[in-house]
Amino acid sequence: MTRVRIPPMLRAEVGGAREVEAHGETVGEVIEDLVGRYPALRAQLYRDGDLGEFVNVYLGGEDVRTLEGLDTPVRDGSTLILLPAMAGGSPGVGRHEA
Amino acid sequence: MRPDPVAAPRIAPSVLDLIGSTPLVELRRLSPKPSVRLYAKLEGQNPTGSIKDRVAKAMIDAAEASGELEPGRRLLEPTSGNTGIALALVARLRGYPLTCVLPANVTEERRRLLRLYGAEIVESPAEEGSNGAVRLALELAAHDPSFYMPFQYGNEANPRAHYEGTGAEIATALDRVDVLVAGLGTGGTLMGAGARLRESFPDLVVAAAEPMPGDEVMGLRSLADGYVPPILDVAKLDRKLLVTNAESVAGVRLLLEREGIFGGVSSGGVVHAALRLAAELDEGAVVCILADGGWKYLSAGFWETDDVEREMGRSVWW
Repeated sequence: MTRVRIPPMLRAEVGGAREVEAHGETVGEVIEDLVGRYPALRAQLYRDGDLGEFVNVYLGGEDVRTLEGLDTPVRDGSTLILLPAMAGGSPGVGRHEA
Repeated sequence: MRPDPVAAPRIAPSVLDLIGSTPLVELRRLSPKPSVRLYAKLEGQNPTGSIKDRVAKAMIDAAEASGELEPGRRLLEPTSGNTGIALALVARLRGYPLTCVLPANVTEERRRLLRLYGAEIVESPAEEGSNGAVRLALELAAHDPSFYMPFQYGNEANPRAHYEGTGAEIATALDRVDVLVAGLGTGGTLMGAGARLRESFPDLVVAAAEPMPGDEVMGLRSLADGYVPPILDVAKLDRKLLVTNAESVAGVRLLLEREGIFGGVSSGGVVHAALRLAAELDEGAVVCILADGGWKYLSAGFWETDDVEREMGRSVWW
C-alpha cells in the first residue's frame, strides 16, 4: 500500500481527501490504480500517455523525473506526493499580515 | 619595526562592480565525514544581499546591449523578493523606473525595501502565489509597450550570469566538485552554474532543492495552471529533492549554530538537501549555493514557533 498525497486542486476529484491509498509496484502502477478508482484524475495527470508537464510526482521526497519516471519502483509503505509545478524565485512571499 | 604592508584595497567604480566574486567557505563542522568536503558559496555577500544581483545586472546589461532597453522605457518584473530588490538597485543607477508585480500577501519588510530603492508596486492575488504575479506581469506588459520586462523565468541572461559568474568562480576555486546543490526557483543557478561546472567536472551531480508549497499557496484551479520556467530544463537536473519548510528552517539553524553562517530560508533547504546527498557519498566535494542571508526574514514568525509548518504553510519562501 502506498499513501498518495493529493494537492488542493485535485481533492474534489477524490471526494475531498487530502490523502488516499493506492497499490502498485511502480509509480506508474500506483497512479493507474488511483485513476482507475477516480477516473476524473486521468485528464489532469496525463498528457499523451506521460505525466503532464505541470504535474510533479515525488517518491521519498524526490521528483520521479530524476529517478526512473513512471517505472520507478515503489516500496510498500511509501508516500507519493502529487504537486503542481510552481514558479519559484520569489522568496519572502509572506503570510497574511494585518 | 614597520607593520606588514597590506595590499592596496580595490576601489570599485560603482556598487554594481561589486556584484559576484563571492566567498566560498568550507563547512567543516557540518560535513558528515572528513572524506566528504562541504563548501558554501555565500551569495548573500552581493550588494543587495542576494544572488539575484548577478541576474538583475546581467539581464539589464543584455537588454541595453541588444537595444531593447533604452532611456525612456520602464522596467516591469513579477517578483516580491530578491530579484525585485536587485533590479531596483540596477534600475536606479541606470535611470529606469521599475514596477514590481507581487502577491498581495508579501511582507511589509519587503515592500519597504522595494519602495526605498524606488520601485513601484502592483499587487496580484495573494492566493495565486508567485504564479499569479507572473500571469499579471505578462498581461500588463502585453498591454503597455512602454514596459520592458526582463522576465527572469525566461531570460537567457539569467543562466548565463551563473555560467559565466557563479559556476566559473567555483570551477576556478576548487579542484574537485562532485555535487552542486542549489535552490530551485527560476532554474537559472542550476542550469548556468551546473553547465559550467559540468565542463570542468564531467561526473558532476546537479541537485535541486525544491520548496514544498503549503496548501494555501496552491490556489490554482487545476494542474494546468502550473508553471515551468522556460529557462528550466528538468532533464538537466540529476536530482530534485523536495524540502519542507520545517526542514529548511532546521537547516538555517544548523548552519548558524555549527558554522556561524546566517542564511535565508532557501539556504537552509539547500543545506538540508546537501547533507542528504553528502551522506550517500564515501568521499567527494559538495558545493552548496546559499542564495541569500537571513536578514530579510527576521520579521517572519517562524523563528520562535514550535509549529513551523503551521506558521510557514501559507507562504512560498523561495
